Amino acid sequence: MTEHEHEDEHEDGNGQESESEPAIDSAPGSEAPPVDQELGIESTEAGHLLAEQRAFVAETSEGAQELLPRGTTTAGELRQEVGAVLRLPEGGFVDPGDIDIERRDDQTMIINMGPQHPSTHGVLRLMLELDGETVLRTKPIIGYLHTGMEKTGEELTYVQGSTNVTRMDYLSPLHNELVFSLATEALLDVELPPRAIWIRMLMAELNRVSSHLMWMATNGMDLGSTSMMIYGFREREMVLTFFEKTTGLRMNHNFIRPGGVAADLPDGWEDDVDIICETILARTYEYDELLTGQPIFRERTEAVGNISAEEALALSVTGPILRSTGVPWDLRRTMPYLAYDKLDFDVIVGSYGDNFDRYSVRLNEIRESIKMIRQIAEMMPPGDYRVQDRKVTPPPRARIDESMEALIHHFKIFTEGFRVPEGEVYVAIESPRGELGCYLVSDGTSKPYRMHIRGPSFVNLQALPLLLRGGLMADAVAVISSVDPVMGEVDR
Amino acid sequence: MPATVVLPEVPRLSDRLVDQIAFPSRDTYKRMAAAFRDTGFETCSDLCAVDYLTHPGRTLPEGVGPERFEVVVNLLSLSKRQRVRIRVQVPESDPLLDSLVDVYPGVDAMEREAYDLVGVVFGGHPDMTRILMPEDWEGHPLRKDYGVGRVPVQFKEAPGPR
Repeated sequence: MTEHEHEDEHEDGNGQESESEPAIDSAPGSEAPPVDQELGIESTEAGHLLAEQRAFVAETSEGAQELLPRGTTTAGELRQEVGAVLRLPEGGFVDPGDIDIERRDDQTMIINMGPQHPSTHGVLRLMLELDGETVLRTKPIIGYLHTGMEKTGEELTYVQGSTNVTRMDYLSPLHNELVFSLATEALLDVELPPRAIWIRMLMAELNRVSSHLMWMATNGMDLGSTSMMIYGFREREMVLTFFEKTTGLRMNHNFIRPGGVAADLPDGWEDDVDIICETILARTYEYDELLTGQPIFRERTEAVGNISAEEALALSVTGPILRSTGVPWDLRRTMPYLAYDKLDFDVIVGSYGDNFDRYSVRLNEIRESIKMIRQIAEMMPPGDYRVQDRKVTPPPRARIDESMEALIHHFKIFTEGFRVPEGEVYVAIESPRGELGCYLVSDGTSKPYRMHIRGPSFVNLQALPLLLRGGLMADAVAVISSVDPVMGEVDR
Repeated sequence: MPATVVLPEVPRLSDRLVDQIAFPSRDTYKRMAAAFRDTGFETCSDLCAVDYLTHPGRTLPEGVGPERFEVVVNLLSLSKRQRVRIRVQVPESDPLLDSLVDVYPGVDAMEREAYDLVGVVFGGHPDMTRILMPEDWEGHPLRKDYGVGRVPVQFKEAPGPR
C-alpha cells in the first residue's frame, strides 16, 4: 500500500475513529496497526515499521535445525541425513563410502518441501539435497504444529486429561485416550469391568479401520488416484457416523476415560457394526481391483523406499513400517493389553519393506480389524461400562437428583479430580501407526506430574532420510505418504 | 522368561508392570544401554526427560541420590518380549549426559526433544539442536520453573487487548 492510498483510507473512516479514540495517537492520519503495539515496537510514522524492525517480525528461520550445506555439516550429522544407521559390531556406522562426503556443494541443490505442501500431510517440512532428480540427503524439520500438549497435560486433572491427549493423533483419537487411560489406571491399580474393556477394543479397532482408510485415501491421492481418495473418505465416513452416534463427536471423542468409557453403546449398535463390517470388507476387494493389481500403482510403489528389518529396529520404527519388513511385532499379539489375547487374528507382515508392502500391510490390517470387530460384537459381555469405584467414577445422574452427597461428590470429581498414587508407569499400545506409549509420573495429586507421549509418527519420521536416499524426487511424495505421519502427534 | 540382568552392581527396582528399572550413574549409563543392546534389547522404545524440581521425594533405590533432572529410557526386546527401563539422575548444575545415538540410532529425535523441552544436553549427539521449538527460543518449556502460558479471561465490559 502506498503512502497515498493509506491517506485515502484514513479519510474514509476519519469521523468515527478520531472521535471514539482521540488519545491513541496525536499525529493526524496515523492509524497505527495493532501489530506494532502488540510487539512493543514504536511506529515511526503513520504505521510504518523501520526496516530492521520489519526484518525482526518477518524472520522465522530455523537456523541450525535446517539442512546445511555440506561444507558446514559434520560427519555425524551427514550420516544421519543420509540415513546410515546400521550398527557394525565395533559400534560404528555403515560403510562411510556410501555417504559420498567428497561431493561438493556446487554439484547439488538443496530444496525445501513444505511446510505448506499438499503432499506432506500437514505441516511437515523436508529439506532435500538433490543431484538432478536423485535425493541425496533429507532432513525433516518439525515443530510447526507444536502446541505444548505435554505441558498442558500437567495443568489438567486426570479427568480432563483425555480431552487433551485425544487431539494429538487426530486420525486415531481413541487410541490416544486409551493409552492415557491405561496409564492412569495402571497407577490407580483399578480393575475394569469386562464390558468396558470390550467396548474399548471395539472402538479402538473401528478407529484403526477409519485411520487406515484415511491413509488409503491420502496415499491414493498422492499417487494420483483420486477415485481412491473419494472411496477412502466415503467408507471412513461410515465409521465416523457410528462414532458420532456412540460418543457424540466424529473426532476428538473424549470417550475412553480413566475408569472405563463415557457411555454405553447405543441401542442397535450390533446392526450398525454389522453393516460397517460387511460394507467395508466388500469394498476392500474393490480397492484390490482399483490399486493392487494396477500396473501404474505397482510401478510407483514396488521397490520404492526400502528399509530392512535391522534398519527399522535400529531406528525404533514400529507399526506397519516394521511389519512390512517381515518382523511380526504387533503389541496386540506380542504384549497383549485389554482382551486382545482372547481374539483370533493374524499379524500381517510384508517381506521387502517397500511402499507396496506397507500398502498391503495396511489394507490387510483393515480386514483383520473387521474380523476382530465381528468377534468382539459376538462376545460383548453385559455389565457396567465403567468401574464402580466411587473414587474414580462420578455417581450416576439419577442419584444426583436425590442425594446431596452425590451432588457434592460429582462436583468434587469434576473440579478437583481424583488423587492418583505416586509412581511412574510406561504403557504402550499398538496404534494404527505403531507403538503409542505414555510415560506418566504422578506425585500423588490429581494432576499428572509429567505426561510424556511417545508418538509413533514422531519416531517413524526418522526413517525418512533412509527411505528417500537414492530415490527419485517424484517418489518422495509416495514415500512420505507411506510413512503415514500425523503431524498433530509428531509435534504434540 | 526370567529377567535379563546386565551390570548387576547397578541399583534397581521392580514394580507390577516392568520387572527391571535400573538406576545407573551417568558414567555407567551408556555402557549399560550397550550391554542391554548386546543381550537382545534390539530397540529403544522411548527416551524422555523429567524435571523433578517440585517433587524431590520420589522412590529411589539405596545409593541413588535424587537430582533435579531424570532421563528415562525404555528399552524393548522383541525376542524376549520384555521391557526394561533405565533412569539416570542428571544434576541441575551440569545437565550433561552421554548420547545413546551410537548405541540406538533411533534416539536421535527423542534426545533432541529432551534437550529442547527440558534442557538436558546429550554429549556426542551429532545434531544437538532444538526440534519442536523455534531455534531462537529462550528457555526449556517442560521445566517446572517455566510458566504456563494462559489466555486472559475476557469479560464483556472489559477493555480489549488493544
